[in-house]
Amino acid sequence: MISFPAEQISNFHRLLPEIVLCFFGIIVMFADPFLAAAHKRILAWVALVGAVAALVSIRVVANDPGPAYNNLISADQFSVFLHVTVITAAVLAILGSLNYLDTEHLQRGEFYALVLFATAGMGILSGANELVTAFVGLEMSSISTYILAGFRRHSVKSNEASLKYFVLGSFATAFFLYGVAMVYGATGTTKVDAIQAYLAAQSSTPSLAMLGLGLIFVGLGFKVVAAPFQIYGPDVYEGAPTPVTALLASAPKAATFAIMLRIFIVAFGGSANIWFWAISISAVLTMLIGNLAAIVQTNVKRMLAYSSIAHAGYILVAFAASTVVGVAAVLFYLGAYVLMKVGAFLVVTHLGQQGEKRLEIRDYAGLGFRQPVLAACFSLFLFSLLGLPATGGFLGKFFAFQAALDLRDPRFVWLVVIAAINSVIGAYYYLRVIIVMYFSEPSKDYTPTSVAPALGLALAIAAIGTVYLGIMPGRVLALAKSAADSLSLH
Amino acid sequence: MPTQPLLLTVITFLPLLSVLALLLLRSDDHAWIRRIALAASLAEFVISLFLLRGFDAADPHYQFEEVHDWIGQAIHYRLGVDGISLFLVLLTTFLTPIAILCSWQSIRENVKGFFLSILVIETAMIGVFVSLDLFLFFVFWELTLIPMYFMIGMWGHERRIYAAVKFILYTMLGSILMLVAILWLYNLTGTFDLQEIEAKLQAGIIALPPHTELLLFGAFFLAFAIKVPLFPLHTWLPDAHTEAPTAGSVILAGVMLKLGTYGILRFCLPLFPGAAHRMAPLIGVLAIIGIVYGALVATVQHDLKRLVAYTSVSHLGFVVLGLFAFSTISIQGAVYQMLNHGISTGALFLAVGMLYDRRHTHEISEFGGLANPMPVLMAFFLFISLSSLALPPLNGFIGEFLILIGTFEHHHQWASWAASGAVLSAIYLLWAYQRVALGEVTVEKNRTLPDANGRERLILVTMSAMIIFMGIASPLFTRRMQVSTDTLLHLMGRPQNASRPPVLPPVGKSAAFLPQLPTQDRPLAAVAERQVRP
Repeated sequence: MISFPAEQISNFHRLLPEIVLCFFGIIVMFADPFLAAAHKRILAWVALVGAVAALVSIRVVANDPGPAYNNLISADQFSVFLHVTVITAAVLAILGSLNYLDTEHLQRGEFYALVLFATAGMGILSGANELVTAFVGLEMSSISTYILAGFRRHSVKSNEASLKYFVLGSFATAFFLYGVAMVYGATGTTKVDAIQAYLAAQSSTPSLAMLGLGLIFVGLGFKVVAAPFQIYGPDVYEGAPTPVTALLASAPKAATFAIMLRIFIVAFGGSANIWFWAISISAVLTMLIGNLAAIVQTNVKRMLAYSSIAHAGYILVAFAASTVVGVAAVLFYLGAYVLMKVGAFLVVTHLGQQGEKRLEIRDYAGLGFRQPVLAACFSLFLFSLLGLPATGGFLGKFFAFQAALDLRDPRFVWLVVIAAINSVIGAYYYLRVIIVMYFSEPSKDYTPTSVAPALGLALAIAAIGTVYLGIMPGRVLALAKSAADSLSLH
Repeated sequence: MPTQPLLLTVITFLPLLSVLALLLLRSDDHAWIRRIALAASLAEFVISLFLLRGFDAADPHYQFEEVHDWIGQAIHYRLGVDGISLFLVLLTTFLTPIAILCSWQSIRENVKGFFLSILVIETAMIGVFVSLDLFLFFVFWELTLIPMYFMIGMWGHERRIYAAVKFILYTMLGSILMLVAILWLYNLTGTFDLQEIEAKLQAGIIALPPHTELLLFGAFFLAFAIKVPLFPLHTWLPDAHTEAPTAGSVILAGVMLKLGTYGILRFCLPLFPGAAHRMAPLIGVLAIIGIVYGALVATVQHDLKRLVAYTSVSHLGFVVLGLFAFSTISIQGAVYQMLNHGISTGALFLAVGMLYDRRHTHEISEFGGLANPMPVLMAFFLFISLSSLALPPLNGFIGEFLILIGTFEHHHQWASWAASGAVLSAIYLLWAYQRVALGEVTVEKNRTLPDANGRERLILVTMSAMIIFMGIASPLFTRRMQVSTDTLLHLMGRPQNASRPPVLPPVGKSAAFLPQLPTQDRPLAAVAERQVRP
């Protein structure tokens, strides 16, 4: 019997979710060539088991928190919270892809393997305590999603999405890396806590470090689709296969916000006064561009894409507060956001039918009468995105606003007022879908298809989660608070 | 304090529970959907009467209170009623079965969704009236929007979508700023609990700078003023009313508009008395403009339902005026007028809806001489109109009269301008009645219209009985409101100023516009003293 040093075992524990995800990803890859086309569905279930196992294995991390691998990874409450968020999104996306890939004749193993690898990358991103490790996580998730975005290889739009995402995404990661190099040059370290300690000892933040932070913001702002780096978002979200869009719009955003929080609020927490302006201007632009552009969309996927840009803006409002309450608000928001966004895109997945033909808002005419349950689900997600009470989306906004106002700073009052007005602008386009679904006559040429059990399960999880977060947020909020506490803020 | 644990929770959530029962029914089983909805709403009304029995009129505190932890330490599930919200809850439970009954036959499509919406609205509206926690209040407040939105959008008339969107966007814009204000208030006081905030502000533990107070007042008031609606924020109302189905109008006019005036009463006045006093001259003038403007516009309408909608603008101007005249009498009158308006205007919409069911139009020119083919319906229509134009001894008279004499105490000019609204209401309502009911039958197919059937008579008789009852038995109501309105005035009236040397009440234009507190305090306190039980 070989015995491992206790440290090795802890390292293993603290990276277990990623190990599980990669392990199952590799199994899927290996098994793929040996399965006949008719049996590829098995791989989906293998991937699902892998994702659920990873979700369960987070318990192991939670029971043995602490730094891992020479402090490259920080498996704290914060990381645990985001792991749950990200992997939940992956589970829902896998459930939602199963039948989609069948109808699109794309049932292949690498799809699920890529989802698992991407998720593992996002997991690393959520736990990374070191910038190069973060870069590895970022690349792992990005490269997998570049391929996933182009998975409908016969569709021009999907190809365009993939290429655009790849070119611009690589560009953005280069910015990130350049920024990391500068921060390293200025502070002599790439570890988040060491940067924090170094900066705390200085009388003012070196300008090279601030420049590096600026470049990092460009790179990460791209990944969370914040203005002014949002241009690519709607094209990619529209072109990617819809279940992939569900994943793209939710999980990478959550994971990237995680590393952003660590870099800005932990490492550079002392310079919050300086970067506040960058974040808050970006927040205002993001909300305005997202909401105003969403109003004029006629394609549901594009509309939801712009809506997810707007949501990044609301999250940035709480982000700008750079307090424990603010971090907790961001985390809660991300949790609620992932559920409602994945839910909404999965409904779109189903309603798109074969070849993603039915994506215009007018295609949803009379859905409330044809498929009442599905329409009710979609309405719930839209109401949650809109921010109506008794949904997770409302409390996400509520806590975000509360965190921003908590500072009793007039700058934040304005930020919150702008965010509040934006959420009313948002109401207009969400309600437009509801109008079409409930207030117009059903279209004749539409034959409803029944919802597959796997997709139904995913929708049920997302819907129940959204309502649960809206009515009984106490538990999740407490978790978000303790997660925020686990970051050693400035 | 009466101890009936869970009574308020039951009253609030019983309609929602019956929604679950409705969901279990097949959607084409219209008969049972209607029956169950009616039974649930009637049961709800009967249960809500227990509030009246257990209510202690002499107790200035909130009664039937329930407190449970909800989210974190700051947000609680806290319910309670006082003499003001008690009657608004009863108004809601009274009008809901009526609204269900009046939709018995006129709603044929999507019957399940319709009755489901009515019951969800009932829960949300009662929730607004009984919440004592600002967060909980806001949740219910926003929850009222969605079912009403569907009601207008799905079962409304031609321009329903436009009206529904206008309704919801208008209201949301107001309420989202109120949410910001609620959060700001929480930051200052550390709690969402209404009574705690009131106590802290009252004791001076938290002092709001005048500027902040004004902003907070403004954010709350905007939300409520849109809902009332106060001139010039009223433009959503005629559209919403005209396009809504009858039951939607009854609920909208009967209860939902009162959410606005109730909010002013419960939050704006006691929490921000300073700002309320400062803004009173402006708001008073807006209210008067609303009274006169609403009346004038109502006069020239050719659409009967739009006419009734504009009367709401006018009548709720009275309520706002009464609230911002800051005397016990005028505030009592305002609360009473809130109830009256719910009954009278609700009844007017019911009558108009019955006409619509027969002719599928609201155009006044399509009617004329209807007293011949349907004497009963037209008799009730006249009676309800008389109640709405405040003919003594019917209910409307009591409310308007109290408001006018209460207002007259400090603001002679306000009262005299407002009184013209009472005259105008006689003009537009009687003229409308004349054009609809009297003379020769002008449109041939009106000759054969059937008179009110049994169900309609039941509705009309119930409403008329209530009109008479509230006209002659007003002490039964005001006696229970007394202590609550006194408490309100105490919270905002700063009675410690009463010892100052008396200053003559302001007379004349310049004085009415002066934003000075002391001039209003003296008579106010004096009135308060006079009004307290001997």
